[in-house]
Amino acid sequence: MKKILTTPISYDQIKDLRIGDTVYLTGTLATCRDSGHRRVVQDKRMPERTDLREGAIFHAGPIVGKDADGKQYMVSIGPTTSRRMEMAEADFIEQTGIRLVIGKGGMMDKTAEACRKFGAIHCAFPGGCAVVAAQEVEEITDVEWMDFGMPEAFWVMKVKEFGPLVVSIDTEGNNLFENNKKIYEERLKKL
Amino acid sequence: MDTLRRQEFVKVVKDFTSMASIYLSDDVEAAIRDIAARENIPMARTMYDCILQDLSLAREMKRPICQDTGVIQYFADVGTGFPYLDDIGEVLRDAAVAATLETPLRPNVVEPLGEHNTGNNAGYGAPYIEYDLVPGSTDLRLRMYMAGGGCSLPGRSKVLMPLEGVKGIKDFVYRTIVDWGVNACPPLCIGIGLGTCAATSAMLSKKALLRPIGTHSEYPEVAKLEDELKEGLNSLGIAPLGFGGSNSVLSVNIEAAAHHPATLGVGITTGCWATRKGEIVIHKDLSYEIISHAHALENC
Repeated sequence: MKKILTTPISYDQIKDLRIGDTVYLTGTLATCRDSGHRRVVQDKRMPERTDLREGAIFHAGPIVGKDADGKQYMVSIGPTTSRRMEMAEADFIEQTGIRLVIGKGGMMDKTAEACRKFGAIHCAFPGGCAVVAAQEVEEITDVEWMDFGMPEAFWVMKVKEFGPLVVSIDTEGNNLFENNKKIYEERLKKL
Repeated sequence: MDTLRRQEFVKVVKDFTSMASIYLSDDVEAAIRDIAARENIPMARTMYDCILQDLSLAREMKRPICQDTGVIQYFADVGTGFPYLDDIGEVLRDAAVAATLETPLRPNVVEPLGEHNTGNNAGYGAPYIEYDLVPGSTDLRLRMYMAGGGCSLPGRSKVLMPLEGVKGIKDFVYRTIVDWGVNACPPLCIGIGLGTCAATSAMLSKKALLRPIGTHSEYPEVAKLEDELKEGLNSLGIAPLGFGGSNSVLSVNIEAAAHHPATLGVGITTGCWATRKGEIVIHKDLSYEIISHAHALENC
Protein backbone atom coordinates (compact mmCIF):
# COMPACT_ATOMS: atom_id res chain seq x y z
CA MET A 1 0.00 0.00 0.00
CA LYS A 2 1.20 3.51 -0.78
CA LYS A 3 2.34 5.55 2.19
CA ILE A 4 0.97 9.06 1.61
CA LEU A 5 1.99 12.21 3.47
CA THR A 6 -0.46 15.13 3.49
CA THR A 7 0.24 18.78 4.18
CA PRO A 8 0.37 20.19 6.80
CA ILE A 9 2.83 17.42 7.68
CA SER A 10 2.81 16.67 11.41
CA TYR A 11 5.91 15.25 13.06
CA ASP A 12 3.93 12.04 13.66
CA GLN A 13 3.56 11.48 9.91
CA ILE A 14 7.32 11.32 9.36
CA LYS A 15 8.93 10.28 12.63
CA ASP A 16 8.94 6.54 11.91
CA LEU A 17 10.02 6.78 8.27
CA ARG A 18 13.51 5.45 7.65
CA ILE A 19 15.97 5.90 4.80
CA GLY A 20 15.06 3.80 1.78
CA ASP A 21 11.30 3.97 2.48
CA THR A 22 9.13 5.15 -0.40
CA VAL A 23 6.36 7.72 0.20
CA TYR A 24 4.07 10.02 -1.80
CA LEU A 25 2.82 13.54 -1.06
CA THR A 26 -0.68 14.98 -1.37
CA GLY A 27 -1.37 18.66 -0.68
CA THR A 28 0.67 21.82 -1.21
CA LEU A 29 4.20 21.78 -2.60
CA ALA A 30 6.36 24.81 -3.46
CA THR A 31 9.49 24.94 -5.62
CA CYS A 32 12.50 26.59 -4.05
CA ARG A 33 16.08 26.35 -5.24
CA ASP A 34 19.28 28.42 -5.22
CA SER A 35 17.87 31.96 -5.40
CA GLY A 36 14.89 31.17 -3.15
CA HIS A 37 17.19 29.77 -0.47
CA ARG A 38 19.39 32.84 -0.70
CA ARG A 39 16.34 35.08 -0.27
CA VAL A 40 15.01 33.23 2.79
CA VAL A 41 18.30 32.52 4.56
CA GLN A 42 20.49 35.49 3.64
CA ASP A 43 17.94 38.21 2.98
CA LYS A 44 15.56 36.96 5.72
CA ARG A 45 12.55 37.28 3.43
CA MET A 46 9.72 34.76 3.56
CA PRO A 47 7.23 34.11 0.75
CA GLU A 48 4.36 36.53 1.31
CA ARG A 49 1.34 34.32 0.67
CA THR A 50 2.48 30.78 1.49
CA ASP A 51 3.13 29.60 5.02
CA LEU A 52 5.84 26.96 4.92
CA ARG A 53 5.37 25.71 8.52
CA GLU A 54 4.83 21.93 8.37
CA GLY A 55 5.04 22.32 4.61
CA ALA A 56 7.07 20.83 1.76
CA ILE A 57 9.50 22.29 -0.76
CA PHE A 58 10.78 20.87 -4.02
CA HIS A 59 14.27 21.62 -5.33
CA ALA A 60 13.08 22.11 -8.89
CA GLY A 61 12.89 24.63 -11.71
CA PRO A 62 9.92 23.80 -13.91
CA ILE A 63 8.86 24.47 -17.46
CA VAL A 64 5.52 26.26 -17.11
CA GLY A 65 3.11 26.53 -20.02
CA LYS A 66 -0.16 28.39 -20.59
CA ASP A 67 -3.28 26.58 -21.72
CA ALA A 68 -5.90 27.93 -24.16
CA ASP A 69 -7.60 29.86 -21.32
CA GLY A 70 -4.34 31.48 -20.30
CA LYS A 71 -4.04 29.38 -17.14
CA GLN A 72 -0.54 28.29 -16.23
CA TYR A 73 0.25 24.58 -15.93
CA MET A 74 3.27 22.36 -15.32
CA VAL A 75 4.75 21.07 -18.57
CA SER A 76 7.81 19.35 -17.06
CA ILE A 77 9.02 19.50 -13.48
CA GLY A 78 11.77 17.19 -12.26
CA PRO A 79 14.12 17.63 -9.31
CA THR A 80 17.39 19.52 -9.35
CA THR A 81 20.60 18.66 -7.45
CA SER A 82 19.83 19.08 -3.75
CA ARG A 83 23.50 19.25 -2.79
CA ARG A 84 23.67 22.79 -4.20
CA MET A 85 21.37 23.92 -1.39
CA GLU A 86 23.44 22.26 1.37
CA MET A 87 24.96 25.58 2.47
CA ALA A 88 21.53 27.02 3.23
CA GLU A 89 19.17 24.13 3.95
CA ALA A 90 19.73 23.72 7.70
CA ASP A 91 18.95 27.40 8.29
CA PHE A 92 16.05 27.18 5.86
CA ILE A 93 14.52 24.27 7.80
CA GLU A 94 14.98 26.10 11.10
CA GLN A 95 13.57 29.40 9.87
CA THR A 96 10.58 28.06 7.92
CA GLY A 97 9.61 24.98 9.92
CA ILE A 98 9.22 22.79 6.82
CA ARG A 99 9.02 19.04 7.32
CA LEU A 100 9.77 17.75 3.84
CA VAL A 101 12.50 18.67 1.39
CA ILE A 102 12.29 16.94 -2.00
CA GLY A 103 15.13 16.97 -4.49
CA LYS A 104 17.65 14.98 -6.45
CA GLY A 105 20.48 12.97 -4.93
CA GLY A 106 21.30 13.46 -1.28
CA MET A 107 22.31 16.22 1.09
CA MET A 108 25.06 16.30 3.65
CA ASP A 109 25.82 16.41 7.37
CA LYS A 110 24.52 19.87 8.19
CA THR A 111 21.12 19.14 6.63
CA ALA A 112 20.98 15.69 8.24
CA GLU A 113 21.61 17.29 11.63
CA ALA A 114 18.86 19.87 11.01
CA CYS A 115 16.44 17.08 10.02
CA ARG A 116 17.17 15.31 13.31
CA LYS A 117 16.95 18.47 15.40
CA PHE A 118 13.87 20.06 13.86
CA GLY A 119 11.95 16.97 12.73
CA ALA A 120 12.20 17.01 8.96
CA ILE A 121 13.14 14.59 6.18
CA HIS A 122 14.77 14.82 2.77
CA CYS A 123 13.41 12.68 -0.06
CA ALA A 124 14.74 12.06 -3.55
CA PHE A 125 12.47 12.02 -6.57
CA PRO A 126 13.92 10.13 -9.57
CA GLY A 127 15.91 12.69 -11.55
CA GLY A 128 14.84 13.49 -15.07
CA CYS A 129 11.35 12.01 -14.72
CA ALA A 130 9.82 15.41 -15.26
CA VAL A 131 6.69 14.50 -17.22
CA VAL A 132 5.78 11.88 -14.61
CA ALA A 133 6.08 14.58 -11.95
CA ALA A 134 4.06 17.11 -13.98
CA GLN A 135 1.24 14.57 -14.22
CA GLU A 136 1.07 14.49 -10.43
CA VAL A 137 0.59 18.27 -10.20
CA GLU A 138 -3.12 19.08 -10.18
CA GLU A 139 -2.72 22.82 -10.56
CA ILE A 140 -0.47 25.80 -10.04
CA THR A 141 -2.09 27.86 -7.29
CA ASP A 142 0.36 30.74 -6.93
CA VAL A 143 3.76 32.08 -7.89
CA GLU A 144 6.06 34.51 -6.11
CA TRP A 145 9.52 35.85 -6.90
CA MET A 146 9.13 35.91 -10.66
CA ASP A 147 12.02 38.41 -10.62
CA PHE A 148 14.28 35.31 -10.53
CA GLY A 149 12.90 34.03 -13.86
CA MET A 150 10.93 30.84 -14.51
CA PRO A 151 13.37 28.20 -13.16
CA GLU A 152 14.11 29.97 -9.88
CA ALA A 153 10.68 31.43 -9.04
CA PHE A 154 8.66 30.16 -6.04
CA TRP A 155 5.89 28.10 -7.69
CA VAL A 156 3.11 26.85 -5.41
CA MET A 157 1.22 23.75 -6.56
CA LYS A 158 -1.48 21.37 -5.50
CA VAL A 159 -0.14 17.83 -5.88
CA LYS A 160 -1.71 14.42 -5.64
CA GLU A 161 0.27 11.33 -4.69
CA PHE A 162 3.43 13.05 -5.80
CA GLY A 163 6.26 10.52 -6.01
CA PRO A 164 7.89 8.07 -5.74
CA LEU A 165 9.80 9.87 -3.00
CA VAL A 166 12.61 7.82 -1.47
CA VAL A 167 13.56 8.92 2.04
CA SER A 168 17.23 9.89 1.84
CA ILE A 169 17.56 11.61 5.25
CA ASP A 170 15.24 10.60 8.09
CA THR A 171 14.34 12.20 11.43
CA GLU A 172 17.20 10.34 13.13
CA GLY A 173 19.62 11.99 10.73
CA ASN A 174 20.45 8.76 8.85
CA ASN A 175 21.68 9.52 5.35
CA LEU A 176 21.06 7.10 2.45
CA PHE A 177 23.30 8.73 -0.16
CA GLU A 178 26.19 9.24 2.27
CA ASN A 179 25.90 5.53 3.17
CA ASN A 180 25.86 4.63 -0.53
CA LYS A 181 28.92 6.83 -1.09
CA LYS A 182 30.86 4.66 1.39
CA ILE A 183 29.87 1.57 -0.62
CA TYR A 184 31.05 3.21 -3.86
CA GLU A 185 34.35 4.19 -2.17
CA GLU A 186 34.89 0.57 -1.06
CA ARG A 187 34.25 -0.68 -4.61
CA LEU A 188 36.60 1.99 -5.97
CA LYS A 189 39.43 0.59 -3.82
CA LYS A 190 39.15 -2.69 -5.73
CA LEU A 191 39.74 -1.02 -9.10
CA MET B 1 19.27 34.52 -48.48
CA ASP B 2 15.69 35.52 -49.19
CA THR B 3 13.12 35.75 -46.40
CA LEU B 4 11.18 32.62 -47.29
CA ARG B 5 14.32 30.47 -47.56
CA ARG B 6 15.53 31.85 -44.27
CA GLN B 7 12.24 31.05 -42.54
CA GLU B 8 12.41 27.52 -43.92
CA PHE B 9 15.99 27.11 -42.69
CA VAL B 10 15.02 28.36 -39.20
CA LYS B 11 12.02 26.02 -39.11
CA VAL B 12 14.10 22.95 -39.99
CA VAL B 13 16.55 23.64 -37.14
CA LYS B 14 13.81 24.70 -34.71
CA ASP B 15 11.79 21.50 -35.29
CA PHE B 16 14.94 19.39 -35.01
CA THR B 17 15.90 21.08 -31.71
CA SER B 18 12.42 20.75 -30.28
CA MET B 19 12.16 17.11 -31.35
CA ALA B 20 15.39 16.22 -29.54
CA SER B 21 13.95 17.54 -26.26
CA ILE B 22 10.96 15.17 -26.53
CA TYR B 23 12.49 11.97 -27.97
CA LEU B 24 15.79 10.37 -27.05
CA SER B 25 18.15 9.65 -29.90
CA ASP B 26 17.99 6.03 -31.07
CA ASP B 27 21.31 5.05 -29.46
CA VAL B 28 20.50 6.50 -26.02
CA GLU B 29 16.98 5.04 -26.07
CA ALA B 30 18.28 1.56 -26.95
CA ALA B 31 20.98 1.79 -24.26
CA ILE B 32 18.58 2.83 -21.47
CA ARG B 33 16.09 0.10 -22.39
CA ASP B 34 18.85 -2.47 -22.46
CA ILE B 35 20.28 -1.49 -19.07
CA ALA B 36 16.79 -1.39 -17.53
CA ALA B 37 16.01 -4.88 -18.84
CA ARG B 38 19.18 -6.26 -17.23
CA GLU B 39 18.50 -4.78 -13.76
CA ASN B 40 17.33 -7.05 -10.92
CA ILE B 41 17.64 -4.99 -7.74
CA PRO B 42 14.10 -3.95 -6.64
CA MET B 43 14.77 -0.25 -5.83
CA ALA B 44 16.70 0.11 -9.09
CA ARG B 45 13.88 -1.53 -11.04
CA THR B 46 11.40 0.97 -9.54
CA MET B 47 13.59 3.81 -10.80
CA TYR B 48 13.94 2.34 -14.29
CA ASP B 49 10.16 1.85 -14.43
CA CYS B 50 9.75 5.54 -13.64
CA ILE B 51 12.30 6.47 -16.33
CA LEU B 52 10.56 4.34 -18.99
CA GLN B 53 7.17 5.74 -17.97
CA ASP B 54 8.60 9.24 -18.34
CA LEU B 55 9.82 8.45 -21.87
CA SER B 56 6.36 7.18 -22.86
CA LEU B 57 4.56 10.18 -21.36
CA ALA B 58 6.94 12.63 -23.04
CA ARG B 59 6.33 10.96 -26.39
CA GLU B 60 2.57 10.79 -25.89
CA MET B 61 2.16 14.37 -24.63
CA LYS B 62 4.93 15.89 -26.78
CA ARG B 63 6.65 17.36 -23.77
CA PRO B 64 10.34 17.68 -22.89
CA ILE B 65 11.53 14.45 -21.23
CA CYS B 66 13.27 16.48 -18.53
CA GLN B 67 12.48 20.03 -17.38
CA ASP B 68 16.14 20.93 -17.67
CA THR B 69 16.43 21.38 -21.40
CA GLY B 70 19.87 22.79 -20.84
CA VAL B 71 21.82 25.43 -22.65
CA ILE B 72 21.59 24.65 -26.35
CA GLN B 73 24.85 23.89 -28.13
CA TYR B 74 25.30 23.43 -31.87
CA PHE B 75 28.29 21.80 -33.52
CA ALA B 76 28.21 22.66 -37.18
CA ASP B 77 30.30 20.78 -39.76
CA VAL B 78 29.89 23.19 -42.61
CA GLY B 79 30.52 22.14 -46.18
CA THR B 80 32.50 24.84 -47.95
CA GLY B 81 29.94 24.57 -50.77
CA PHE B 82 26.92 25.07 -48.48
CA PRO B 83 25.23 28.16 -49.94
CA TYR B 84 24.17 29.94 -46.70
CA LEU B 85 27.44 30.35 -44.82
CA ASP B 86 26.67 33.97 -43.96
CA ASP B 87 23.38 33.05 -42.35
CA ILE B 88 24.13 29.97 -40.25
CA GLY B 89 24.94 31.76 -36.99
CA GLU B 90 21.82 33.89 -36.92
CA VAL B 91 19.61 31.06 -38.13
CA LEU B 92 20.79 28.77 -35.32
CA ARG B 93 20.19 31.49 -32.77
CA ASP B 94 16.69 32.22 -34.08
CA ALA B 95 15.92 28.49 -34.16
CA ALA B 96 16.99 28.05 -30.52
CA VAL B 97 14.77 30.96 -29.45
CA ALA B 98 11.80 29.70 -31.47
CA ALA B 99 12.20 26.14 -30.11
CA THR B 100 12.33 27.58 -26.58
CA LEU B 101 9.11 29.53 -26.95
CA GLU B 102 7.15 26.98 -28.97
CA THR B 103 8.00 23.60 -27.39
CA PRO B 104 8.29 25.13 -24.71
CA LEU B 105 11.82 24.57 -23.42
CA ARG B 106 12.93 26.00 -20.11
CA PRO B 107 14.53 29.41 -20.49
CA ASN B 108 17.80 28.67 -18.71
CA VAL B 109 20.21 31.25 -20.00
CA VAL B 110 21.26 33.86 -17.45
CA GLU B 111 23.67 36.71 -17.98
CA PRO B 112 27.21 36.33 -16.60
CA LEU B 113 27.29 36.89 -12.80
CA GLY B 114 24.26 39.20 -12.92
CA GLU B 115 22.11 36.03 -13.18
CA HIS B 116 19.37 37.90 -15.04
CA ASN B 117 17.39 35.36 -17.09
CA THR B 118 17.14 36.43 -20.73
CA GLY B 119 13.86 34.50 -21.04
CA ASN B 120 14.55 32.88 -24.41
CA ASN B 121 17.78 30.89 -24.12
CA ALA B 122 19.74 33.42 -26.17
CA GLY B 123 22.48 35.62 -24.81
CA TYR B 124 26.09 36.41 -25.44
CA GLY B 125 27.61 33.07 -26.48
CA ALA B 126 24.24 31.29 -26.19
CA PRO B 127 23.27 29.17 -27.96
CA TYR B 128 26.87 27.99 -28.11
CA ILE B 129 28.01 27.41 -31.69
CA GLU B 130 31.17 25.69 -32.89
CA TYR B 131 32.12 25.41 -36.55
CA ASP B 132 34.24 22.98 -38.51
CA LEU B 133 34.84 23.28 -42.23
CA VAL B 134 34.25 20.31 -44.54
CA PRO B 135 36.02 20.83 -47.87
CA GLY B 136 34.20 19.64 -50.96
CA SER B 137 30.79 19.26 -49.29
CA THR B 138 27.60 21.22 -49.97
CA ASP B 139 25.90 19.98 -46.78
CA LEU B 140 25.57 21.34 -43.27
CA ARG B 141 25.94 18.52 -40.74
CA LEU B 142 24.59 19.81 -37.46
CA ARG B 143 24.88 18.15 -34.08
CA MET B 144 22.90 19.57 -31.21
CA TYR B 145 23.34 19.01 -27.49
CA MET B 146 21.30 20.25 -24.56
CA ALA B 147 23.79 20.83 -21.76
CA GLY B 148 21.79 20.30 -18.57
CA GLY B 149 22.93 21.65 -15.20
CA GLY B 150 23.19 18.44 -13.18
CA CYS B 151 25.01 16.47 -15.83
CA SER B 152 27.39 19.35 -16.61
CA LEU B 153 28.55 19.63 -12.98
CA PRO B 154 30.97 16.65 -13.04
CA GLY B 155 32.78 18.02 -16.10
CA ARG B 156 36.47 18.66 -15.61
CA SER B 157 39.80 18.57 -17.31
CA LYS B 158 43.29 18.00 -16.01
CA VAL B 159 46.79 17.63 -17.39
CA LEU B 160 48.54 14.54 -16.03
CA MET B 161 52.19 13.62 -16.13
CA PRO B 162 52.77 11.14 -18.96
CA LEU B 163 54.24 8.64 -16.48
CA GLU B 164 50.85 8.49 -14.74
CA GLY B 165 49.67 6.77 -17.90
CA VAL B 166 46.51 4.74 -18.28
CA LYS B 167 46.24 4.24 -14.53
CA GLY B 168 46.27 8.01 -14.02
CA ILE B 169 43.48 8.41 -16.55
CA LYS B 170 41.41 5.69 -14.90
CA ASP B 171 41.89 7.10 -11.40
CA PHE B 172 40.85 10.57 -12.59
CA VAL B 173 37.70 9.24 -14.27
CA TYR B 174 36.69 6.95 -11.36
CA ARG B 175 37.28 9.66 -8.77
CA THR B 176 35.22 12.17 -10.75
CA ILE B 177 32.29 9.77 -11.08
CA VAL B 178 32.33 8.63 -7.43
CA ASP B 179 32.39 12.26 -6.26
CA TRP B 180 29.97 13.77 -8.77
CA GLY B 181 28.23 11.06 -10.79
CA VAL B 182 25.35 10.43 -8.40
CA ASN B 183 23.83 13.87 -8.97
CA ALA B 184 24.28 13.80 -12.72
CA CYS B 185 21.35 11.36 -13.17
CA PRO B 186 23.08 8.05 -13.92
CA PRO B 187 23.28 5.75 -15.84
CA LEU B 188 25.60 8.23 -17.53
CA CYS B 189 26.98 8.71 -21.00
CA ILE B 190 30.68 9.42 -20.54
CA GLY B 191 32.78 11.38 -23.00
CA ILE B 192 36.54 11.44 -22.47
CA GLY B 193 39.08 13.50 -24.37
CA LEU B 194 42.81 12.86 -24.43
CA GLY B 195 44.95 15.71 -25.68
CA THR B 196 47.80 18.06 -24.93
CA CYS B 197 46.24 20.69 -22.68
CA ALA B 198 43.20 21.13 -20.48
CA ALA B 199 41.25 23.02 -23.15
CA THR B 200 41.72 20.61 -26.06
CA SER B 201 41.11 17.59 -23.82
CA ALA B 202 37.84 19.16 -22.68
CA MET B 203 36.76 19.88 -26.27
CA LEU B 204 37.58 16.34 -27.34
CA SER B 205 35.56 14.96 -24.43
CA LYS B 206 32.48 16.76 -25.76
CA LYS B 207 33.07 15.34 -29.23
CA ALA B 208 33.38 11.89 -27.64
CA LEU B 209 30.05 12.35 -25.85
CA LEU B 210 28.36 13.27 -29.13
CA ARG B 211 29.67 10.18 -30.92
CA PRO B 212 26.98 7.49 -31.14
CA ILE B 213 26.88 4.89 -28.38
CA GLY B 214 28.38 1.59 -29.51
CA THR B 215 31.04 3.13 -31.75
CA HIS B 216 34.68 2.78 -30.81
CA SER B 217 37.83 4.83 -31.18
CA GLU B 218 39.79 3.94 -34.31
CA TYR B 219 42.93 3.46 -32.17
CA PRO B 220 42.85 -0.10 -30.79
CA GLU B 221 44.50 0.87 -27.50
CA VAL B 222 42.04 3.70 -26.97
CA ALA B 223 39.12 1.41 -27.84
CA LYS B 224 40.41 -1.07 -25.25
CA LEU B 225 40.50 1.71 -22.65
CA GLU B 226 36.88 2.56 -23.51
CA ASP B 227 35.86 -1.01 -22.64
CA GLU B 228 37.98 -1.15 -19.50
CA LEU B 229 36.62 2.13 -18.18
CA LYS B 230 33.07 1.05 -18.92
CA GLU B 231 33.58 -2.18 -17.00
CA GLY B 232 35.28 -0.39 -14.11
CA LEU B 233 32.63 2.31 -13.83
CA ASN B 234 29.84 -0.26 -14.01
CA SER B 235 31.38 -2.18 -11.11
CA LEU B 236 30.80 0.93 -8.93
CA GLY B 237 27.04 0.39 -9.38
CA ILE B 238 25.89 4.01 -8.87
CA ALA B 239 22.95 3.83 -11.29
CA PRO B 240 20.10 4.39 -11.44
CA LEU B 241 20.15 7.92 -10.02
CA GLY B 242 22.63 7.15 -7.26
CA PHE B 243 20.24 4.79 -5.47
CA GLY B 244 22.56 1.93 -6.41
CA GLY B 245 22.15 -0.87 -8.89
CA SER B 246 24.07 -3.22 -11.11
CA ASN B 247 25.61 -0.61 -13.44
CA SER B 248 26.68 3.03 -13.70
CA VAL B 249 27.01 4.02 -17.34
CA LEU B 250 25.33 3.73 -20.72
CA SER B 251 28.55 4.35 -22.60
CA VAL B 252 32.18 5.39 -22.46
CA ASN B 253 33.48 7.09 -25.61
CA ILE B 254 37.00 8.44 -25.95
CA GLU B 255 38.32 10.87 -28.54
CA ALA B 256 42.10 10.96 -28.52
CA ALA B 257 44.45 13.29 -30.35
CA ALA B 258 48.17 13.12 -30.94
CA HIS B 259 49.71 15.14 -28.11
CA HIS B 260 52.82 16.68 -26.59
CA PRO B 261 55.16 14.02 -25.17
CA ALA B 262 55.44 15.91 -21.88
CA THR B 263 51.71 16.07 -21.15
CA LEU B 264 48.75 13.74 -20.87
CA GLY B 265 45.63 15.90 -20.88
CA VAL B 266 42.37 14.24 -19.92
CA GLY B 267 38.93 15.80 -20.04
CA ILE B 268 35.60 14.35 -18.99
CA THR B 269 32.09 15.36 -20.00
CA THR B 270 29.07 13.53 -18.64
CA GLY B 271 25.57 13.19 -20.05
CA CYS B 272 22.61 12.00 -17.97
CA TRP B 273 20.36 9.00 -18.70
CA ALA B 274 18.31 11.45 -20.74
CA THR B 275 21.25 12.72 -22.80
CA ARG B 276 19.50 14.83 -25.39
CA LYS B 277 21.50 15.13 -28.57
CA GLY B 278 20.72 15.04 -32.23
CA GLU B 279 22.34 14.96 -35.64
CA ILE B 280 20.84 16.29 -38.84
CA VAL B 281 22.23 16.76 -42.34
CA ILE B 282 20.82 19.75 -44.18
CA HIS B 283 21.41 19.87 -47.91
CA LYS B 284 21.93 22.94 -50.04
CA ASP B 285 18.25 22.92 -51.11
CA LEU B 286 17.31 22.72 -47.37
CA SER B 287 16.01 19.19 -47.66
CA TYR B 288 17.34 17.20 -44.71
CA GLU B 289 17.84 13.85 -43.00
CA ILE B 290 17.67 13.36 -39.26
CA ILE B 291 20.40 10.83 -38.56
CA SER B 292 20.08 10.46 -34.80
CA HIS B 293 16.34 9.80 -34.45
CA ALA B 294 15.41 7.67 -37.47
CA HIS B 295 13.82 4.98 -35.32
CA ALA B 296 12.21 7.40 -32.82
CA LEU B 297 10.48 9.28 -35.64
CA GLU B 298 9.21 6.12 -37.34
CA ASN B 299 7.04 5.38 -34.34
CA CYS B 300 5.58 8.80 -33.63
